[in-house]
Amino acid sequence: MIVNQFLVLAALLFSIGIYGVLVRRNAVLVLLSVELMLTAVNINLVAFGAFLQDELLAGQVFALFVIAVAAAEVGIGLAIVVLIFRNRSSANIDELNLLKW
Amino acid sequence: MTSLATSLLLHAEEGAEHAVELSNGGLLAELAWLIPMVPLVLMFGVLFFGKRLPGKGWELAEFSMLFVAVYGVALFIANANTGIHYEGAIEIATVGSLVLEWGWMVDGLSIMMYTVIGVVGLAVFTYSKGYMEGDIRYTGFFANFTLFTAGMLVLVSAPNLLQLIVGWELVGVASYLLIGHYWEDHENNAAAIKAFITNKVADVGLLIGVIIIAVTVGSFRFSDVLEAIANADSGLIQVAFWAGLALFIGAMGKSAQFPFHVWLPDAMAGPTPVSSLMHAATMVTAGVYLLGRMFPLYQNELFAVDVKVIIIIVGALTLFLMGLIALVQDDIKKVLAYSTLSQLGYMTVAMGAGAYTAGLFHLFTHAFFKSPLFLAAGSVIHAVHSNNMSDMGGLRKYMPSTYWTFIIGSLALAGIFPLSGFWSKDEILASLRYDAGHGGGAVASVVLIVAIAGAFITALYMARAVYLTFFGEYKGEAHPHESPKIMTYPLIGLAVLAAVAGFSNMPGIFTGFTDWVGARIIVMGDHHAAAIDFLLAGAGLAAAAAGIAVGTRLWRRDRDTQEARDTFRIPMLYPLLERKYYIDDFYLRGIVNPTKGPIARAIDWSNTYVLDGVVNGVGAGAGLMARIVYHGIDQRGIDLAINAAAAATGQAGEQLRYTTTGRVQQYAWALFAGTILLVVGFLIFN
Repeated sequence: MIVNQFLVLAALLFSIGIYGVLVRRNAVLVLLSVELMLTAVNINLVAFGAFLQDELLAGQVFALFVIAVAAAEVGIGLAIVVLIFRNRSSANIDELNLLKW
Repeated sequence: MTSLATSLLLHAEEGAEHAVELSNGGLLAELAWLIPMVPLVLMFGVLFFGKRLPGKGWELAEFSMLFVAVYGVALFIANANTGIHYEGAIEIATVGSLVLEWGWMVDGLSIMMYTVIGVVGLAVFTYSKGYMEGDIRYTGFFANFTLFTAGMLVLVSAPNLLQLIVGWELVGVASYLLIGHYWEDHENNAAAIKAFITNKVADVGLLIGVIIIAVTVGSFRFSDVLEAIANADSGLIQVAFWAGLALFIGAMGKSAQFPFHVWLPDAMAGPTPVSSLMHAATMVTAGVYLLGRMFPLYQNELFAVDVKVIIIIVGALTLFLMGLIALVQDDIKKVLAYSTLSQLGYMTVAMGAGAYTAGLFHLFTHAFFKSPLFLAAGSVIHAVHSNNMSDMGGLRKYMPSTYWTFIIGSLALAGIFPLSGFWSKDEILASLRYDAGHGGGAVASVVLIVAIAGAFITALYMARAVYLTFFGEYKGEAHPHESPKIMTYPLIGLAVLAAVAGFSNMPGIFTGFTDWVGARIIVMGDHHAAAIDFLLAGAGLAAAAAGIAVGTRLWRRDRDTQEARDTFRIPMLYPLLERKYYIDDFYLRGIVNPTKGPIARAIDWSNTYVLDGVVNGVGAGAGLMARIVYHGIDQRGIDLAINAAAAATGQAGEQLRYTTTGRVQQYAWALFAGTILLVVGFLIFN
């Protein structure tokens, strides 16, 4: 089995995620980009798990954990975004510069 | 132990006939720790509960003495059957390689001491009940008295040098308390302090000796020290002379040898029973006991044999010079005190002549004839309310029991056949004669003559005391009367012992005493005369008889005044004797006064101006330093630096706060860039 294509895919997904996080203004899209990054990591975990033929399936199990944590994180993240939107009628990250000085 | 005994037998010349056959003494010896402990515990009983008891604490003290006497006699009898040697010990602490122990020694020497202390103590304590009647510190007196005896018992029961010192000092403290019993009178305080300080000076010697021996041998135990001597321990041989000399200086203090004798006559300031016990059984015998305990150190040719010359000379000086002073004393107790000094001189001479048995035998008989003498003197003082013989006279008619016991004691002290003093003095003379032919040389010959002259002087001053006190006309103020039975019975008991104690060691006939005190793990190797030396015994007896005859001639006739009675006034000698050879004056003017006067002033001056100057200077310097440090370094240096650091931090914060823009994506950029940098760094440098 060749692992390279999976790694290339994961790297691409990760880069797209990073790009999204750093550049997009919309908070929802930033959260989606974070999910992309997590997915890239999950692909890596499963790919290495299968490649190394781990009997305990540690990679796959760990990917499941990450999915669970990601779900929780997105839940909280979206809730915060909804609350901010209600308060300021905007989900633009550039305007959310309250955490300064 | 047998190898030890045999190795010492090699050094022993004539002691070999007394084969060492020792038992461990069984239960009696195992429980002998009770001997010092019962008085020590009961002392606290007297102290804390004495005043509430019907007998005001006397009964507890008396019981403790009764216990010691009975136990001592029981051991004595057991020891007479088979020699006992037993050493019990309880470990108290271990300091490095030194083991501190509390123990109890049961051997011939200590058993003899237990018996003497117990029997004499019992008689004296009984007597004290009558003598101290009505004293305001009655209970306290008995507490101190019990402590005194207990201290002596601790001393003689000690199987190691450290415990010996404990007992030694207990005796010293108790004697201080007892001599100063009538402390309302300043003189008595001074006497107590004098006794204590004189003893302390000599105790330094004891301490040094003990330290030398303990460091060299590595143990405080007598048995280890004696074993080192038996094995000719090379380390101990090198220090033996100084160790022996230092121990002897300690012994000189307690046994009041010239020139440390000055405290003993002054110690008469205490109540008479104290003097009696102090002179007979406890305290002054401690020094002789120590010499007896360490006897092989002096006797063994490899060790401190050179000290023996010093011992014999000191003893001879004491015995002769102090006997002469007794001739001019008016205080009856002081006559007896100087007599004790003289007799202690005899014991020391015997030890110096290598006569272990003779010295201890004289200690033994002296205890039994000096204690009734003192108690009789106390009885007289009790009757006439004065210590001075110029207030006495003619008491023979008023106090027959006291008179007869005093006579028996005096004759025994003078060494009249067949009373106890005759036998012990004869043994000392015989030992001196033997020593003169075996290593003692000319010194021993001279001391032999001095000792015979001493016998003459002894008889002379005792004759004087008897005539001035009991004969002629009564000159005092009070109405003399015989003392109560509680005082006369102990007197009679002791007088009987004074008469018969000598029969325990008659050369060639019965030498029980030699075996009793010889019951030790090592053979003492002293000489024992096989039969009575009639020439020497005759000489001693003749000297004593001559003394009594001359005394009768001088003092038989009654005179009115003290001056007229001492008809023998020799122009140069008499003032010398009256001033006690100016030794006290020398100590006072040569040591005490300079110490109190110029030296104390000089020290005070140096204290005020030198020491205080230094201390004040240091204080002022410290203050100055503190000011410099506060204003210069603290305020300007350290505070400045700290303030500057704080200001710099504040400034930096002020500048850096603008980097916190609040833009999350900027932070994310920084995070990402940092991660990239780290990864690149790892790739490059790893």
